[in-house]
Amino acid sequence: MASLPDNPDALYGDVIMDHYRSPRHRAPLVNADIEAEEFNPFCGDRATLQLRLGHADGTSASIQDVSALAEGCSIIQASASLLADNLQGRTLEQAADLSQLFRDLMQGKPLPAVALSELGDLEALEVVRQYPVRIKCALLPWVALEEGLRRLNRRGTPGG
Amino acid sequence: MTAATGNVHASPSGPLTGDDVARIRQDFPVLDQLINGKPLVYLDNAATTQKPRPVIDAISNYYLHNNSNVHRGVHTLSQRATDDYEAGREAVRRFINAPSADEIIYVRGTTEGLNLVASSYGRKFFSAGDEVIITGMEHHSNIVPWQILGKEIGIRLRVIPFSNQGELLMDEYESMLNEHTRLVSVVHQSNALGTINPVTSIVELAHARGIPVMIDAAQSIPHLPVDVQAMGADFLTFSGHKMYGPTGIGVLWGRADLLNEMPPYQSGGEMIRSVTYDETIYNVIPHKFEAGTPDIAGAIGLGAAVEYLEAIGMDRIAAYEQALMRYGAERLAEIEGVRLIGTAENRGGILSFYMECAHAHDIGTILDAQGIAVRTGHHCAQPVMARYEVPATVRASLSFYNTTEEIDALIEGIDRVIEVFG
Repeated sequence: MASLPDNPDALYGDVIMDHYRSPRHRAPLVNADIEAEEFNPFCGDRATLQLRLGHADGTSASIQDVSALAEGCSIIQASASLLADNLQGRTLEQAADLSQLFRDLMQGKPLPAVALSELGDLEALEVVRQYPVRIKCALLPWVALEEGLRRLNRRGTPGG
Repeated sequence: MTAATGNVHASPSGPLTGDDVARIRQDFPVLDQLINGKPLVYLDNAATTQKPRPVIDAISNYYLHNNSNVHRGVHTLSQRATDDYEAGREAVRRFINAPSADEIIYVRGTTEGLNLVASSYGRKFFSAGDEVIITGMEHHSNIVPWQILGKEIGIRLRVIPFSNQGELLMDEYESMLNEHTRLVSVVHQSNALGTINPVTSIVELAHARGIPVMIDAAQSIPHLPVDVQAMGADFLTFSGHKMYGPTGIGVLWGRADLLNEMPPYQSGGEMIRSVTYDETIYNVIPHKFEAGTPDIAGAIGLGAAVEYLEAIGMDRIAAYEQALMRYGAERLAEIEGVRLIGTAENRGGILSFYMECAHAHDIGTILDAQGIAVRTGHHCAQPVMARYEVPATVRASLSFYNTTEEIDALIEGIDRVIEVFG
């Protein structure tokens, strides 16, 4: 395994620590349209995601409210909080695209030119790539998002 | 087999000194490296120990010079391989003071030893309504096999509770023993708490009612003298890789009269005496339980590990690690915000702790940046974590090759955690 970056504590930068210490969007939603929970049996980390959708023009519903609750280390907490921040107002399609982009970022795949502006402050999590065992911590809330979107697709979009 | 004992002289006397430990460290090539620019401080010995040169040499010697199958050929290499493989068994017998080498069954590790007894002894002798007693501080491997058996044949699992310090409530244990109890299966030293359980008393109370006792010695055998006859146990199992031997090999010891009554666990080569399409006659112990070509190199490596430990002396190892653990516990107690989990009076070299300010994973990452290897998580003992209402702990687990300087490095690492997260 590669050695850590020169500053060994680079993982704990300002954005990550800010979202870890003051996580956003933790209040549970009533009447959520999408709910999903993911659990890592190896470490006990848990991510619970709820989305409430609003009617949108055309065919896609958009995300009106997000609740992201994570139990575990700083990385999963920061990732859940950043995810919630970035989902607000997106259509489900855009949410799925963002999730894919975030996955690509974590897995070190080449990103399209527009990616950086799309990812915004999520880019702060890129440092996690240098700590391979922690990548799954960062991904867990996104796995919950993907599972929630899959479930919704299976039963059809509410309110069309 | 190769009787190399590294830099340790085989006439141990007096406590291990700093010079002894410095010499011992030279036997472990892996310890001599930088991790993230810092000297490796390996404090994850309860997960697996490092391997001394004599163990590595015994394994490579087998592959370089003697590689052959055992108990099968009449040729010279097969004879050498068989001799070394069986010498490993005899070394283990001597190490745990078993009455006979036939009672030493090679398995893949502690998990397989427990599964073997659950599967073979359990299926033959347990029936619906029977009870198996375990402790509240078992590794998952001494919980799940009994649960599976429970679903299959309707046995009930009973769990001995323990105090906040991490000591078994022996009165509760005594009151659990009844006419339904068929087996007591307990961990000797807890991997999550370090508690060394009073196995001799546990055995005495069970035997007074004619109940056999199985001991999970995975965490105790690398650190304490283990004598199955003094202990009075009926079964005892452990892993090679936690006692400075290779992975993939371990031992189940059982009383011959019990093993003889038990059906085979797996079937195939080696475990049979004769096969026709009508009938198979099983081999005698230990071969009855060793189906297929075994981990020959592993058994030879395990024998070398046993000889290495004997050359240092288990009493000296226990005393040295005890002092190191006490030093570590004192240093940790000085740090505000660190809570030691597991403070039993009688405990081994495990420092399991929880910090309010940071999750175990974050602590693990920061320590790794300082070159310090610890385990973080639930240690495959989720019921123990639930008992203390913590999701995970950081566990520093000690070996005789660790030093007080390394404990100091751990304490400095924790100071760094507090700088980042406090």
